[in-house]
Amino acid sequence: MREVAVVSFAQARSVRRDILRNEVEILMPVVAEVVAASGLSRDRIGFTVSGSCDYLAGVPFSFVMALDGVGAWPPIEESHVEMDGAWAMAEAFTRLQHGDIDSALVFCFGKSSVGDLPDVLTLQLDPYLVAPLWPDSISVAALQARAMIDAGLTSEREMAEVAVRSRRDARQNPYAQLSGDFSVDALLAEPCISSPLRRHDCPPISDGAAAIVLAAGDVARGLCEKNGRTPAWIRGLDHRVDAQNLGVRDLTKCPSARIAAEKAGVSAAPIDVAEIYAPFTHQEILLRRELGLDSKTRINPSGGALAANPMMVAGLIRIGEAASRVHKGEARRALAHATAGPCLQQNLVCILEGE
Amino acid sequence: MGRWCAVVGVGQTRHAAKRGDLSMVGLVREAAIAALEDCDLSWKDVEALVIGKAPDMFEGVMQPELYLADALGAVGKPMIRVHTAGSVGGSTALVAAHLVQSGQFSRVLTVAFEKQSESEATWAITPKIPFQPPLVAGAGGYFAPIIRSYIQRSKAPADVGLRVAVKDRKNAMRNPFAHLHLPDIDIETVANSPLLWDPLHYLECCPSSDGACAMVLADEQAARKTPKKPAWVLGTAMKSEPTMFPGRNQINPRAGRECAASVYRQAGVRNPREDIDCAEIYVPFSWYEPMWMENLGFAPENEGWKMTLEGATAFDGDMPINPSGGVLSSNPIGASGMLRFAEAAMQVSGRAGEHQVSGAKLALGHAYGGGSQFFSMWMVGSEKR
Repeated sequence: MREVAVVSFAQARSVRRDILRNEVEILMPVVAEVVAASGLSRDRIGFTVSGSCDYLAGVPFSFVMALDGVGAWPPIEESHVEMDGAWAMAEAFTRLQHGDIDSALVFCFGKSSVGDLPDVLTLQLDPYLVAPLWPDSISVAALQARAMIDAGLTSEREMAEVAVRSRRDARQNPYAQLSGDFSVDALLAEPCISSPLRRHDCPPISDGAAAIVLAAGDVARGLCEKNGRTPAWIRGLDHRVDAQNLGVRDLTKCPSARIAAEKAGVSAAPIDVAEIYAPFTHQEILLRRELGLDSKTRINPSGGALAANPMMVAGLIRIGEAASRVHKGEARRALAHATAGPCLQQNLVCILEGE
Repeated sequence: MGRWCAVVGVGQTRHAAKRGDLSMVGLVREAAIAALEDCDLSWKDVEALVIGKAPDMFEGVMQPELYLADALGAVGKPMIRVHTAGSVGGSTALVAAHLVQSGQFSRVLTVAFEKQSESEATWAITPKIPFQPPLVAGAGGYFAPIIRSYIQRSKAPADVGLRVAVKDRKNAMRNPFAHLHLPDIDIETVANSPLLWDPLHYLECCPSSDGACAMVLADEQAARKTPKKPAWVLGTAMKSEPTMFPGRNQINPRAGRECAASVYRQAGVRNPREDIDCAEIYVPFSWYEPMWMENLGFAPENEGWKMTLEGATAFDGDMPINPSGGVLSSNPIGASGMLRFAEAAMQVSGRAGEHQVSGAKLALGHAYGGGSQFFSMWMVGSEKR
């Protein structure tokens, strides 16, 4: 495998509803920032790939207008995944293995505020048998939380503690949407939205965008040296999917995350920082176990998806946040995780290391 | 380019306006199982999957690959979903090829599909966006003015489009999987069909199809173990340019020219018309055959129509284009590009059956999308080069 590193990362501040800007307008400053921060000129970027999903905005081909905004003249080598930007990064990583290009731009955007997100996500489900019953994403996640509590794997209190820690950590994150000091008891006094989930167990609905630049070998070294940061080398990258049908899965487990963690080499050395894309509190608890993380690993110092959850973006933000810790020398070895689909159906794990 | 990658298995569905006998799962499985059977492999041999289709609104399912994962044997495996507008079938195949060429996997299954009968494509392509005029004209409405401008610029006679329509439908008679089998089609019937978007008649336009296409791609070692002759991937490229840009040449887009130049360079093609034996190119509206003949370097600018009139692009011509019947005969949009790529592979591995171009050794698979600004292409050959 050719050595590939994240050399720069940029994100938009996540907000509940950006009424002034469309998706492209949210995205453009982020792309400009990430390219400038990489030290590369636009014409030296060998491959561009984006992640987004039309269903959020309710328009087809939303990536087409984004590409126009970002600029593609003279014509560029370019692709798009209808997925979180973390998978766009996986495609870029593959492309960089060929040896004929040295750098790639990955960007993603999502404006969840345009529709009613929990209902929009219903449309991910089996269109003939499940979606017509219209279970929303919070109710589906609640099934998993209930299964975990019933199995003795977590409690409503432990879940609230995750929310309190996430919001507290998010105070240090200028891009987060939801932050502050809360008490566990006060949160537990709130009513359930969909039992056992309370408002604090669920992610905020966010509009946002993010981008990273990848570079290979000496190009990455040169760029990072010039910018005074440590390259965040991708030492392991794997993603897996589980069946969607909730009836055939043991919702207290997440085999796809477990395999991805194994294949990415999580257990080879201690992990200093892990950025986990867990939209619901119980999912962080489940994922810590499936990813094989112990109490020595610092979890979600950014506040995670409980502090900002722009759909199709939050996964790439995890990679960017983890890479930034390595860039600054705050972590020697970091884990980034992304998820997609109901109840953690699809999972990606990326291991980033300094020199 | 990395390691060698070959197409070892190809499968496609019987295409139809409505496959009411199958769910979406059934449709993709029909193609995937056919591809696996074609190379004597089973689900467990597949290491990773790449799925492609055009906008989710065509079926009304958000990220349908999540729902399709277990039906495609993807559980516990890596799966990625590509969407690059009409070129998606081609781009999907390319992402799958890159997974092999990069050395990450030995055997990858790639599937592209569209079940257009479950929605209304013209509606799904043109929703009303705030502050944009609703142009409910469909794809034909978008491309017709470009075609008119091509006709004016090239001084092509009016019957070129009619001839392409007849030729591709006649070719489709040799292809049992094609959606349209119109044995009695001739210039008259095409000319007398309703005028949809001047100059395009109804029979000069692609149908709306349910269908899927699948391929198994393998590295050299795995390819040697499969029963049939592999089709070697000799060159891959994707190129994009903006939709809205006054400097664009929409008749002969620069991204298409550069995409072709890139795959020719990789495959060692110097003179495309002489070196390439046949091509499956994305022609959803008849006039795109002459236009792409120029864009792909088979004919000088403004002279692509001569190839059609001289019969060069016919099944027995010197540059057979769309021997399968092409997009004009089957158009499950998300799969249409992959069908072009797969048909090119079938030609060079000698398994195109009734529509086999005799002695085909080097073939081009081509797809385009959006406002003709996304291009994906591959060159496949019967031998490595």
